[in-house]
Formats: sequence, C-alpha cells, structure tokens
Amino acid sequence: MSNRTQLTVSPGPHVRSKESTSNIMFNVVLALLPTTLTAIYYFGSSALMLIIACSITAVATEALFQKLRGIPVTIGDFSALVTGLLLALTLPPELPIWMAIVGSIIAIALGKQVFGGLGYNFFNPALVGRAFLLASFPVAMTTWKLIDVTSSATPLGADNPTAIALKDLFLGRVGGSLGETSAVAIILGGLYLLYKGYIDWRVPAGYLGTVAVLTTFVGKGGPIFHLLAGGLMLGAFFMATDMVTTPVTKKGRWIFGIGCGILLVIIRVYGGLPEGVLYSILLMNMFVPIIDKYTLPRAFGEVKING
Amino acid sequence: MKARTFEQGIHPRYNKELTAGKAFKLASQPEEVIIPLQQHIGAPAKPLVKKGDIVNLGQKIGQATGFVSADIHASVSGEVLAVEKVNGSLSVKIKNDFEDRQDESIKAKGDLKDLSAEELKDIVKEAGIVGMGGATFPTHVKVSIPEGKNVDKVILNGAECEPYLTVDHRTMVEQAEKVIYGLQALMKMVDAKEGYIGVEVNKPDAIKSMQQAIKAEDKISVVPLEVKYPQGGEKQLIKAILDQEVPSGGLPLDVGVVVNNIGTAVAITDAIQVGMPLVERTVTVTGAVKNPQNLIFRIGTPLSQLIEESGGFIGTPGKVILGGPMMGQAQSNLDLPATKGTSGILVLSKDELGAYPEAGPCIRCARCVDACPAKLLPTALVNLTKADMNLKLQDYHVLDCIECGSCTYVCPANIEILQWVKLGKENLQAELRKSE
Repeated sequence: MSNRTQLTVSPGPHVRSKESTSNIMFNVVLALLPTTLTAIYYFGSSALMLIIACSITAVATEALFQKLRGIPVTIGDFSALVTGLLLALTLPPELPIWMAIVGSIIAIALGKQVFGGLGYNFFNPALVGRAFLLASFPVAMTTWKLIDVTSSATPLGADNPTAIALKDLFLGRVGGSLGETSAVAIILGGLYLLYKGYIDWRVPAGYLGTVAVLTTFVGKGGPIFHLLAGGLMLGAFFMATDMVTTPVTKKGRWIFGIGCGILLVIIRVYGGLPEGVLYSILLMNMFVPIIDKYTLPRAFGEVKING
Repeated sequence: MKARTFEQGIHPRYNKELTAGKAFKLASQPEEVIIPLQQHIGAPAKPLVKKGDIVNLGQKIGQATGFVSADIHASVSGEVLAVEKVNGSLSVKIKNDFEDRQDESIKAKGDLKDLSAEELKDIVKEAGIVGMGGATFPTHVKVSIPEGKNVDKVILNGAECEPYLTVDHRTMVEQAEKVIYGLQALMKMVDAKEGYIGVEVNKPDAIKSMQQAIKAEDKISVVPLEVKYPQGGEKQLIKAILDQEVPSGGLPLDVGVVVNNIGTAVAITDAIQVGMPLVERTVTVTGAVKNPQNLIFRIGTPLSQLIEESGGFIGTPGKVILGGPMMGQAQSNLDLPATKGTSGILVLSKDELGAYPEAGPCIRCARCVDACPAKLLPTALVNLTKADMNLKLQDYHVLDCIECGSCTYVCPANIEILQWVKLGKENLQAELRKSE
C-alpha cells in the first residue's frame, strides 16, 4: 500500500461543524426580511429605493476598499449587505437617495474598513453611518412622513406620546424610520435569530428589560410605549446583538444590554435628542473590551489547591 | 436515572453506528511486527534483545528506564530481525514464526483477594500496561499515590466520547466481567472504597451489560452520562459523576480520584488472570473503509494490514487518523505499526475532507466561549498569543486548556484556535522558565 504521499497530515480536530461566517450573516439578512418587507409595504417605492441604494453601496464600498488594500474581496460573506440593509432600516423614508449613499459609504469605510474590516471594528458600522448622517443632515434625518396623515414628528418627539395608539406602534402604522414601524416584524426576525442561536437572549433581555423597568418610573408614556416606539426593537434585536461589537462573555452581555438600556432612558427622558438607541449602543460599544476583560468567566477548577 | 454531565461542550456527529453493533474479531497476525520501545508517555524502554535472538510471545524485550516509563513485550514469537529506528523511534522488528510460543514467565498470578496492593502494582508494571484511551500514561505510575494524598474513588471511563470509536463500547458489552475485575484490582491498588463506571447513554447495551455485571457488587455503580464531547475528559468525567472540580493545575488525585480507561481495566485483568502482558489491544477501524469493524490486534501490526483486513479504502483516502477525529493524530505512513495507544484507525476520504478551510477573521461570535469545557475564552487566548502577550495568557488560565479541540470544531471562521492556544501554552511556559 503506497498511499503515503497522498495522505493529508494536519492538526486536529479533523472534523468541523458546518457553521460559517457567511451562513450566520445570511441568516441575519433572512431575519431582517419581515422588517424590510413591512417597510416596503408601508412606505412603498421610496423605501425600496433606499434599501437597494444602501445595500449596493455598502457591498461596493467593501469591495473597493479591499481591492485598494490588496486583500481578498470577501463580499460573499454577506456582512457588508447586513450593514447596508440595517442602515437603510434606520433612515426616514423621504431621505434623498444621495444622502443614503453617502451614509452607506461612511458606514463601511469609517465604521468598518479603516479598523481592518470584519471582526476588527469597535462600533456597529450601520450606526456609524447613521450617526454621520444625523450630524450632517439633521433636518432631512428627522423629517418623518406619517403613513396616512401628512408630515409630523416621530412619536417620541410628540408632545403627548400616549396619544399614539400602542396598537399602531405594534403593527407599524406610525411614522418613523423604515425599520422602526412594526415591532411585530422585528420580533419575528429576532425570535428566528434566537432560535438559530445567532444572537444571545441576554442582550435584548437586558436592554428591553432595563428600559421597561426605568420608564415605569421616569419619563412620559410608560414602559410599553417606550419599548415599542422608535428604533428600540430594531436596536435591541439586530444592533446591540452584533457579534463583532458586543462582549463575548455571558455576564458581559448582560452588562452591555443593561448599560444600553440605562443610556437610552437617560437620553430619551433627560437628553436633547428624541431618540437614544443610536448613541446608547455606540457608547456601550466603546466599553466592550473593558467589559470582556472584567467579566472573565470562572475557569473550570479555578480555586487554589488546598485553598 | 437522569444522565449526568459537565457544563458546555459540543455535539459532533458521532458516526458510531458503523461499528457499534460489530463484535470484536481477531485480526490476523502479521508476517512481521514492528514494536517501538516508546509507546507511552515518559522515557523510552531500553532494548533487551538483539538481532538474531529468538523471542517468545509475551517475553519482555524492552526494560522501562526510570519511574515514568513502561516495559515492552514481544507480541509474537519469532526471530528478532533488527533493533533499529523506525520513523525516528527505536523499535524491535520480529519475524513472526506463527507458533505463538508463550514465554515461561506467563502464568496466572493468583486470586485477587490474595494479592496485596503492592503485588498488584508490580503485576501492572511488569505487564507494561499504559492508559489505553490513547494518552498512554504508564498505569503503575497513575496508581502510585504520592505521600499525603488520599484516594477513595476509582472511575472507569466508558464515556467514549470521541466520534466513530466503539472499542470501549464493545468491551463493556462483551467483557463486562473482566472490566469489573480490573476495576476491583484498581480499587485494591489505591485502597479506594468506591468504584464508578461512566457510560454515555448512546450505549444502552453497554450500560445494561455493566449493570448486570455489578449486581452482586455494592461498592461499584454504573453512571449513565449525557452524550456530549468531551465527556470522557477525566476532569469532565469527575465533574459529571461526582460533581467535583479538579482544581486548576491539579490532578484527579487532588479530589481523591483515579480515572482509568475501560481497556486498561481489561488489560489489568489479563495480566492477573492469565499473566499475559500488554501484547494485544482493541481498535476500531472505521470511516471510509469497505468493512468497518472492531479488531483485536497484536501490538506492532502495520496500519496498512489492519486497513486491508477491513476491506481496504473506499475511494481515495484523504486522511488516516490514529484515534478519534477530535484528538487523534493524522498519519501519513501506513507502514508504521499500530501500538498500545491506537484505539482507532479512522479513514476520511478525499471527498469528505474537501479543501482545507481558509481561516477568516474572528467575528467574536463566542461559539468557542460557549463550547469550551474548561470555561476559557479561546478567542482571547488566540489574540493574546498572536500579540505575543505570553504572561497575560496566565490571567486567562491558558494552562487549564485540555486541548479537546471543541473551539476549533465550532469556529465559523475556520480559525485553528487550538493550534494557537497550544502555541500560547508553550510560549507561556518558556517565559515562566526564563523568569525562574
């Protein structure tokens, strides 16, 4: 038997799970489908155009950057598509397309590629894009078209928030960004990701739980209104759960979620901005390395011998 | 009874159905055996024979050197062809005369209750018995309890959590009495009051057979274990059965336990009842071979012969692994012999191997964190190793890694996490030696 030259010798384990980065990212795109379709249903072609523009721009920017850096182009891993799609879902439906394109370029270029690409960024790239747009085009970014009325503010900007029916918030019949309208669609996608094990329940539980508890005592509208309004649901299930920019420890994920919740309530109730999801997550992103460092799980057998 | 287990771990495809139902068969003896003088952890044995000598079956041909070492015996009778290096390891080549002429030293050692602990340890040492699960640590060293330590429990590891392998399974089904006898001998050697046999619940026939065999024993219990890798890691096994954690950097001894493999127990039984040293063992030949099966072979049989005996390859072989697919070693030269540590010969075809996966960036998904049975942060260990922050690795308990490979198994980015961690361990140890 002289097969020796043909045999592969490599270190174990010699079998691997079928899971892959691209599969995880693809499933996030799938989980965003209900929200995407709801946005298109309510806002029509303007939403569709924003979604297409952001997605294509994100993927193209990623490819261009990787070409310029002379590294393999990895747009097939769907991660740029996730960023583009998420960014689109945080935009108001009437935003000019060119602004969305600029935001999408910034999201990938400044949010991700300058740090070294996938896995190395500190901030959620889609939120970096949104933060840039909010700072650059504050008026366009905060003008909302209500679904069957004329233009008005996001419910969180309203003088009397309780006047907006909670049922409408839940189903999506309110003004707001593309992906903020229907809590039902977001929860559907979130449950899918939880079921597949692609997100950790501790983050949305910590985030939403903290907001619910705190808004019972402070602010107007009460917990249910605050949970359903604005981008909280989208943020809690799709942005605060971004693997790259959140802690890897279980305790760390609790801290991250709860921290996001506290910051969100502070911003919404005491801050000058109507919406706090964006900055609550970006601020907590900065704490991730330190959270990981101080929440090391107890290693198996970690006690002193005879101690 | 609810199956017990440890925290975390993984669920690879077990693929045991290929051989689980197949009774042991005696492999045919080879024309020539190649017996390496180091088949164990520790110092190599020193050859006692030279070219031209005629040796008997079971005759000692290698003398242990030092305490952590093991004797080596002839697995066939015949003429010594050479004592030379084979693949870097000094080995005795014997031309088999097929007479199976037993050495005169081979005789039953008497009744278990008449033998003292010291006598039993001597028997184990003289028989060259080593851990048969694959680690090949000399058993007489394991049962020599250092001053100041107290052992009151012996656990037999029948988890067999490596996918594909079924030798422990078959041994428990076919040789339950011998397993129990070996366990009792071990208990006597270390003066233990309790014995446990941990078996994963995917082997119901083995559990039943063992329960049958302990009916008259009140000191021994069979503990059904959840099917999960690495359930057979000794620390994981102790956690599952006794709910105790071996302290970081410690040994099972530190919690009063000695863990041995099912096959080791049977080897001890043979050494006492027959007086036969460790000259044959069991192996699962499986994967992409035409007739996957469980064999009993003479130590030193070429791998190629055991594969031929199992019908040969299906298609083009891609990898031949000694042991299981998680912790086994890939082998490129099939002329080499199967030894005391060869519990499995697994063939993966070129097709199922596919292209070697290109590693991508870590996306911090934490699958490795959730899988690690030692509760470490594998992803952080990789980063620290890459950054050459070796002393920092200590804060992250890198030396507690049991090298089970669960992290690499689950990684969606195909990062060779275990390889990085092993490198980190070496770097840290080198750094610690320097600062001493």
